[in-house]
Amino acid sequence: MGLFILRRVGVMLMTAFCLTFIVFVMTNLYPNLEKLAKSEGNFRMTDIEVATWLSNNGYRSPLDDQLLADLNAGRITQAEASEQVNTGFDPRIFRNYAEWLGVYPGWTRVDRDGNQRGRCILPGSDPAEAPTFCGVLQGHWGWSTVSKAPVTEALGTRMGNTGFLMLCVMLLMIPSALIVGVLAGMREGSALDRTLSTFSITTTATPEYVSGVLFIAIFTSSAVGLKWFKGTATSAMENPNFENFFLPVLTIALYGMGYIARMTRASMAEVMTAQYIRTARLKGVSFGNIVMKHALRNALIAPFTVIMLQFPWLLNGVVIVETLFQYKGVGWELVRAAGNNDIEMLLAISVVSVFVVLVTQLISDIGYVYLNPRISVT
Amino acid sequence: MTDDYDGPILEIDDLSISFFTRLREIPAVMDFSVRVRPGEAVGLVGESGCGKSTVALGVMQDLGKNGRIVGGSIKFKGRNLNEMSQEELRHIRGSEIAMIYQEPMASLNPAMKIAKQLMEVPMIHKGVSKEEAYERALQVVTDVKLPDPKRILDSYPHQLSGGQQQRIVIALALMAEPALLILDEPTTALDVTVEAAVVQLVKELGEKYGTSMLFISHNLGLVLETCDRICVMYSGEAVETGSIEDVFDKMQHPYTQALFRSIPLPGADKNARPLVAIPGNFPLPHERPPGCNFGPRCDYFEAGRCDAMDRIPMEDVPGDDRHRSRCLKFQEIDWNAPLVSTSTNEKAEPGKVVLKMDNLKKYYEVAANALFGSSGEKKVVKANETLSFEARESETLAIVGESGCGKSTFAKVLMGLETATDGQILLDNRNIESTPIERRDTQTVADVQMVFQNPFDTLNPSMTVGRQIMRALEIFEHGNSDEDRRQEMLRLLDLVKLPRAFAERMPRQLSGGQKQRVGIARAFAGGARIVVADEPVSALDVSVQAAVTDLLMEIQREQKTTLLFISHDLSIVRYLSDRVMVMYLGHVVELGTTDQVFSPPYHPYTEALLSAVPIADTHVEKTHIVLEGDIPSAMNPPPGCPFQTRCRWKDKVPGGLCDKEVPPVRVMADGHQIKCHLADSEFDAMEPVIKIAAE
Repeated sequence: MGLFILRRVGVMLMTAFCLTFIVFVMTNLYPNLEKLAKSEGNFRMTDIEVATWLSNNGYRSPLDDQLLADLNAGRITQAEASEQVNTGFDPRIFRNYAEWLGVYPGWTRVDRDGNQRGRCILPGSDPAEAPTFCGVLQGHWGWSTVSKAPVTEALGTRMGNTGFLMLCVMLLMIPSALIVGVLAGMREGSALDRTLSTFSITTTATPEYVSGVLFIAIFTSSAVGLKWFKGTATSAMENPNFENFFLPVLTIALYGMGYIARMTRASMAEVMTAQYIRTARLKGVSFGNIVMKHALRNALIAPFTVIMLQFPWLLNGVVIVETLFQYKGVGWELVRAAGNNDIEMLLAISVVSVFVVLVTQLISDIGYVYLNPRISVT
Repeated sequence: MTDDYDGPILEIDDLSISFFTRLREIPAVMDFSVRVRPGEAVGLVGESGCGKSTVALGVMQDLGKNGRIVGGSIKFKGRNLNEMSQEELRHIRGSEIAMIYQEPMASLNPAMKIAKQLMEVPMIHKGVSKEEAYERALQVVTDVKLPDPKRILDSYPHQLSGGQQQRIVIALALMAEPALLILDEPTTALDVTVEAAVVQLVKELGEKYGTSMLFISHNLGLVLETCDRICVMYSGEAVETGSIEDVFDKMQHPYTQALFRSIPLPGADKNARPLVAIPGNFPLPHERPPGCNFGPRCDYFEAGRCDAMDRIPMEDVPGDDRHRSRCLKFQEIDWNAPLVSTSTNEKAEPGKVVLKMDNLKKYYEVAANALFGSSGEKKVVKANETLSFEARESETLAIVGESGCGKSTFAKVLMGLETATDGQILLDNRNIESTPIERRDTQTVADVQMVFQNPFDTLNPSMTVGRQIMRALEIFEHGNSDEDRRQEMLRLLDLVKLPRAFAERMPRQLSGGQKQRVGIARAFAGGARIVVADEPVSALDVSVQAAVTDLLMEIQREQKTTLLFISHDLSIVRYLSDRVMVMYLGHVVELGTTDQVFSPPYHPYTEALLSAVPIADTHVEKTHIVLEGDIPSAMNPPPGCPFQTRCRWKDKVPGGLCDKEVPPVRVMADGHQIKCHLADSEFDAMEPVIKIAAE
């Protein structure tokens, strides 16, 4: 078992490594960097100035000295010079990635004013005390350009918010989905089954951006008049209560619920026709006990994997719902970071997502073994 | 519960059960009556689809959503089960009536420990405490003769072997000491030697607890061994009931007679006295003929009489005790008339050697740990050990052994699906042991063909029968055009006695026997010279078995094919094979002509196998040898003789030789070899296992 988990963690790290590299490359494409340079510097920078800024800040390789000299001497025009700036692949990306990971010493250089600058030297701190390595491995997640704060700090509160939201979603979604699924599956084809199945198909078929908008329109606006809930969950970050928090939770939970309920129903219906259920019935076990003691555990094996797969998928719904309800969690932050080119923040969120996905997979596999005695990892 | 009730335990009167579909009502059981007295065992026999399992489920009142009892009554200890509420039924199920099912693995809950499944019964019905229930479970598991009961109780079903699982199912049924035990084909999924042990166990327990039994089986031999009375069913009706002796020896219904003539009994011989298959097909429930259901297939059918009335009544056979028959003419038919019209065949003389196996070995390497293959140590499964034999033209060589003995591995190596680890296979003096099938030339592939066990899975469900045979012809490069192949395909259909119209049918429109005929046609498409038939009839009903076997024999006679007949059914092996090879754990333990193998001296394993086979003949006396334990795993075979763990002769060999050395191959008589350490004097003293009592 220990070896199994170790292997899984190894696979997880490899996956995280590959995925973050992909995200790193994507966020460090030249147009992105150009936008970054202009927003950090000023919006009227020339192409050459942008390239210089980028190389000064360690994003790209330095410009060709000859090119700069030619431009300064007026031998070529601005337009001719900017054509010669490398906007494509830059091998520096590997070094940058290694620096971001913290396996390669952070870049340092002395600027025109004679100040020591570098990746690891925070503005206003003493260059002599700065560490050589500063990457994810050292706990330096970088600087969020939008929040104007270290990423760890900014993302920490967001993750707390999202974690609480997801916890509430799970608490609502899983029990109700399982109950609906088991009730529908235990007597396949009955009126109860048809009703519950229709309900779960409807909820799965309605994406969050539809149900969320509908809920806001029906339960919060004066259009219908049912002002039961609040249309925004901003206040729920400090003081979550039923009124301001239930709608976002319900919106995410409903969509996932239908799906899990369908899986549970199918699995339950199949188990109920199994021979060992007949054995139990002909042993004289009452119907309730057949469902609870004999069928449930066998029926939960398949949905369990699905439930665990729902976690990463919830991140998805979280993006929409948090934006819709103005709830400042990871999803909301992701949208903001993507919109404002907050590279370090995007990277950090992708790492967090990768870990959420992989950890839930690991839990799913271990739980599967526990539920199904026929499968053994040892 | 009033236990002073002394009438019949179970009385079924004129029971009719129907299944309702959207289209129509399908009567599954009609006017069925049977009585089970205290301590009595009643056998219910018939082919698949005749309604015997429906009767059992009817007794349990568990017919599902579509099934309904439409007439008659089922009385258990005088109380009508049809009128009971669900709650009352629940108290009877499991405590008063218990059931044992066909597939032990499927009928145990995979996610629940054995102990919990067993303890549940007394906890529900007697309201006892956990500790008491555990004690009871321990006692019953000991009663069903399982080794190490505590460990068994603590395991999950998948950790037990098939035989052990079936014992657990039996234990489950016995937990509450029921008055009636219903056994639905309890041993069909088990090996013969395991079957023999389970049957004996059921018999012993029945005597010990005084339980009445309703024993459902398609195997007449098993019923003879276990039951006091028998009820033969055909197409939803009981056609004959009576005591075992009356029905087996003085049968009064044409169907019973036809059934007995279609199963290989000792004395049947493929040349001198071939089996008589029942003509025609089993009628579908909604296509039953008017009058006697068996009429269209009956030799004694009289138009205008047998089909005149709607239903034939059941009538008492005068002079016998509770012996009834559903035939209008049973008093007119001369039941002792010898079987006429049997065609006798020339015995085919074996020709030259076609196939020669020399010291063939097949080992598999299995990682001890499936998930971490590279880190675990490798284990070697010795599936085949030093296999040597010859097979001649137009000879039938039977390969006999229980599951796991390596007979299928051998077939795979011969076919080229696997390559041999060591030794050689000579086909016409060419080595083919290390040529996988994809590298064999067309002729070799066409020469060595196979007929598979399960006809239901081996045909492509989305291709017509004709197309599938033509596809085989194409692969064997037969004919130049589609038209040529079409002609050849129609000829093959004639060969396997299927109507030519079947060429356009889909496999799902065919019955099991017909599908197997298509499988045979496909195997013979390239003019195969060696056909490996892997249990070709074991998935078929008895009456169809005879027809398919005869077909195989006939084609073999015509085409001088070498038939390697893999089977665990010794009756059919005795009937059709010329030579027999007995395998155990990858070793050939005995090889000889059929007569040599079926008469002493025996290898101890052959002896046990022979004794385990149920024979449906009251004149046969058998020595009962029950093998203890299960077949050892091929991954971890015992040292020395492979059979030493279960051998009853082991202590006759001095010096513990069996534990130390693999026995040498001993030549007993011309072409008869046995792998055993026993002394010649012991072999000479062996008694025949099967004796036909003189009459």
